[in-house]
Amino acid sequence: MKKYFYDLHIHSCLSPCGDDEATPASIAGIGKLNGLDIMALTDHNTTKNCPAFFKAAKAYGIIPVAGMELTTSEDIHMVCLFKTLDDAVAFDKALDSYRIPILNRPEIFGRQLIMDEDDNVIGEVDNVLSFATNLSFDEAPTLVESFGGICYPAHIDRPSNSVIAVLGAFPPNSNFTCAELHLKEKVTDYAVMAQLTEDKLVFSSDAHQLLDIKEAEDYIMLPDDSENAVENLFKFLKDTL
Amino acid sequence: MTVNDLLLNENFSAITLPEGDRDISDVYIGDLLSWVMGRAKADDAWITIMSNVNILAVASLADTACIILAEGVTVDEEIMTTAAQKGINILTTELSIFEAAVAINDML
Repeated sequence: MKKYFYDLHIHSCLSPCGDDEATPASIAGIGKLNGLDIMALTDHNTTKNCPAFFKAAKAYGIIPVAGMELTTSEDIHMVCLFKTLDDAVAFDKALDSYRIPILNRPEIFGRQLIMDEDDNVIGEVDNVLSFATNLSFDEAPTLVESFGGICYPAHIDRPSNSVIAVLGAFPPNSNFTCAELHLKEKVTDYAVMAQLTEDKLVFSSDAHQLLDIKEAEDYIMLPDDSENAVENLFKFLKDTL
Repeated sequence: MTVNDLLLNENFSAITLPEGDRDISDVYIGDLLSWVMGRAKADDAWITIMSNVNILAVASLADTACIILAEGVTVDEEIMTTAAQKGINILTTELSIFEAAVAINDML
């Protein structure tokens, strides 16, 4: 087994609230500098910067994971991760039928830049990405899993957009195998609330600018096998390792 | 006014009505359940657009007279069954939250 240092919740310049400097290539570069092994790009309701992130991350020797931070119909944020870039892109397309089209106002919400791996802007998304979709908290995990992915509640200790803030508690019918915490305070309390063991609480940065990307601090023990690291990461997150 | 009395207003219809004779003494409005939990009072008619199963836990905890789902929101079968078992009245209305509150106020 080997320590894999991770950050599984990072926003790029495609998220309206993401810093325009946080290009996919820069994110991968900072991850390398910080000593991370596995990084997931999780923009709000989109995977459209994941192709560039994959190319850049691979060039830096980082193991990339394609994902998004989904906003459910209840305004709950969920981290969605996919085993392959293709799965993530397919899910992004499937999400189109759940989107609520509202034009972005870049002067208020920020620009939504699609980049290539060399920091060139290759597109801009017109509708604001971070708002709620029509996909409910109950429906989201099933849909994500149908694309081979995993979907778990983001920053459950935050006062807004978290499952606990919106729904008061984890619903009795929820069946998550992991959850994300923002801070390391009250880990025991949140493990109880999430009905998880403490080792299944992941700590990611939710970075909206390059400076906030994690240092090599939190790690997951996975078999020493970079080829299958993503597969093994999913086993860890799904509690089947 | 009881929940049964409120149902005389044709804008409201019952999804579950295990305790129609509950008194309504006031109205509470909110969708953020962590907020509603600590603020809704016993015998309130609670108006919301939230349809997650956790509304049942919140209604139980606060002992509200009924949950009123505004804007035509409905709940799935499983929630109806649990609500009936737990003795929780759920009403639905096509009215907006504001219109629903005004209608109840007129009847209180």
